[in-house]
Amino acid sequence: MAREVSKGRKAAVTALAWGIGLLIFFPILWTVLTSFKTEAEAIASPPSFLFFDWTLENYETVNERSDYLVHFWNSVVIALGSTLVGLLVAVPAAWSMAFVPGKRTKDVLMWMLSTKMMPAVGVLVPIYLLARDTGLLDTKLGLVIVLTLVNLPIIVWMLYTYFKEIPGEILEAARMDGASLSSEILYVLTPMAVPGIASTLLLNVILAWNESFWTLNLTAANAAPLTAFIASYSSPEGLFYAKLSAASTMAIAPILILGWFSQKQLVRGLTFGAVK
Amino acid sequence: MTVTFRALVGASMMLAFAGTASAQTTITVATVNNGDMIRMQRLMSDFYAKHPDIKVNWVTLEENVLRQRVTTDIASKGGQYDVLTIGNYEVPIWAKQNWLLALDNLGADYQQDDLLPQVAQSLTVDGKLYAVPFYAESSMLMYRTDLLEKAGLKMPENPDWDFITDAAAKMTDKSAGVYGICLRGKAGWGENMAFLTSMVNSMGGSWFDMQWKPQFDQPEWKATLDTYLKLMSNYGPPGASSNGFNENLALFQTGKCGMWIDATVAASFISDPKESKVADKVGFAPAPTRAGGKNHGNWLWSWNLAIPATSTKADAAKTFVAWATSPEYTKLVAEKEGVANVPPGTRTSLYKNPDYLKVAPFAEMTLKAIESANTAHPSEKQVPYTGGQFVAIPEFQAIGTAVGQQFSAAVAGKSKAEQALTAAQALTVREMTRAGYPK
Repeated sequence: MAREVSKGRKAAVTALAWGIGLLIFFPILWTVLTSFKTEAEAIASPPSFLFFDWTLENYETVNERSDYLVHFWNSVVIALGSTLVGLLVAVPAAWSMAFVPGKRTKDVLMWMLSTKMMPAVGVLVPIYLLARDTGLLDTKLGLVIVLTLVNLPIIVWMLYTYFKEIPGEILEAARMDGASLSSEILYVLTPMAVPGIASTLLLNVILAWNESFWTLNLTAANAAPLTAFIASYSSPEGLFYAKLSAASTMAIAPILILGWFSQKQLVRGLTFGAVK
Repeated sequence: MTVTFRALVGASMMLAFAGTASAQTTITVATVNNGDMIRMQRLMSDFYAKHPDIKVNWVTLEENVLRQRVTTDIASKGGQYDVLTIGNYEVPIWAKQNWLLALDNLGADYQQDDLLPQVAQSLTVDGKLYAVPFYAESSMLMYRTDLLEKAGLKMPENPDWDFITDAAAKMTDKSAGVYGICLRGKAGWGENMAFLTSMVNSMGGSWFDMQWKPQFDQPEWKATLDTYLKLMSNYGPPGASSNGFNENLALFQTGKCGMWIDATVAASFISDPKESKVADKVGFAPAPTRAGGKNHGNWLWSWNLAIPATSTKADAAKTFVAWATSPEYTKLVAEKEGVANVPPGTRTSLYKNPDYLKVAPFAEMTLKAIESANTAHPSEKQVPYTGGQFVAIPEFQAIGTAVGQQFSAAVAGKSKAEQALTAAQALTVREMTRAGYPK
């Protein structure tokens, strides 16, 4: 039974939600606006919000100077690749933890998550040496492997929470009907968990897309994704805010559009486990 | 059938070998995003026309990212890069680790003698050049001629810190949004500590004595920090503790600073009417000394090209490095982009070129500043280290930044000068002991 909510209260809550939403969105909006300013306008104080001479010159400069498509393609391969490989490993792992938990399952889950608690730079040198010796420096494959490992705990945790919501009896029924383990996971569990898997996939694509530590440190010229593309526009001497904003806008645009179209799954993904 | 097949395989293999034999050597160049480097990327067609067998891949990164990236790679012998853009801080340290190839014999056309001696010296270890300068800078005082005149002052030939303090007070007009002086306040070994290290040099102080004992408890540092804090809090812009080069550049260009002491490269930005509102009202003077002193701080920074010892394509890399820093390249830039855009600070011949002197009113002062920088003896006192606005030891990045945070906090008003100096002394003693000094 829903509580009665007065109109005034509803309006206030709506206004508050909009306010918070705009506050969170503001940095992105400001980046986009700055990308259309000249370098001089970008640093003008007081800053102009909408009334300035809109220009596309930053986008022209950025396109002239760097090959956006190469970086874009690297980002796509790395983000999708690491997420898909991660899912392949995580679905069976989450299945076993959710449906046949052992005495130490909770500990294993915690232990996996604990790897996220160490700053990445702590393992930079060992990973760098491994990548060097296996010839994986500056390759997309190397980054797919590293990002898979980096995001695996989150993927497993998310899937585990979804799978927990699915009644084990259904899987039991499938087993009684003679389903093998693989067909149980593939034909019974997966279809029921599709919304959960979809939001896990989306969230992890975004995480991998935005990952900048490993993507910057393990690449040079060949496998550099959009994070490296952005990093090339910051400058210690000379004005760069407008060009940097243009590069950032171009880098986030694809993922922003993807996010826009998959809002529903994303919201579910981000509030996973909250509603049973 | 089989014979034909074998013949085909054989033929294709020969073709494949022929292909590799004439294939290009691809070298990877790691660099920073500054105007000169970006310009070079535009002018690569000249290099390709002369060396069709070499292809250059550019990796452009933000300075701190580049430093971290390149250090990881070179320390672990990753071999990702064939040419590195590094500062003159790294060059002597890395050369001593045998991480860099010595760069002699760059060809007869290279005119190595033409390199500015002060710059070449800071890149030389045991008589060998380990990197070649692409662009170099010292520091100087940049000021608004109109505001100085309004204040009823005249710039002396060699201003001292007392004059600066006096002028800053008279030029400040907070109601009009004009601040007498803009200085670096943002914490970092290459940020506020670059400025303060050269300032303490000019005040007669130093970082360490001959026994590597930190000197923050000495009167020179006290005088330096007191003057600096006085300037920043009384005559500096609000929020000065987070200002670096770019922030001050923006402030100066929009007419909010009376004076600015920083890298000489700033001169070209503030005199460019396309970028700067005050382009026609700027003057230049040497970086301040203490009253009667001769030490201008010895600030000297250069961006250089070096070849890591791990490069498997050292010959191609050498060819590229020689081209990029040659007199020929200077000519190319002058022809294609105008002589004002030639990378400054590396070659004596540039400062004798009348065309350059005509378009660059700051050229003379820049040269004078670079020539007066003595990185072998940065302080009036005897010191066990080299470097100008930095101390050329590997530990300096960490210590410099930690000390910079103390001083930045003092600018922000979170601590007093004495507290900041005591903390700086304690942390430097601790870190230097941990690192095993005196060595």
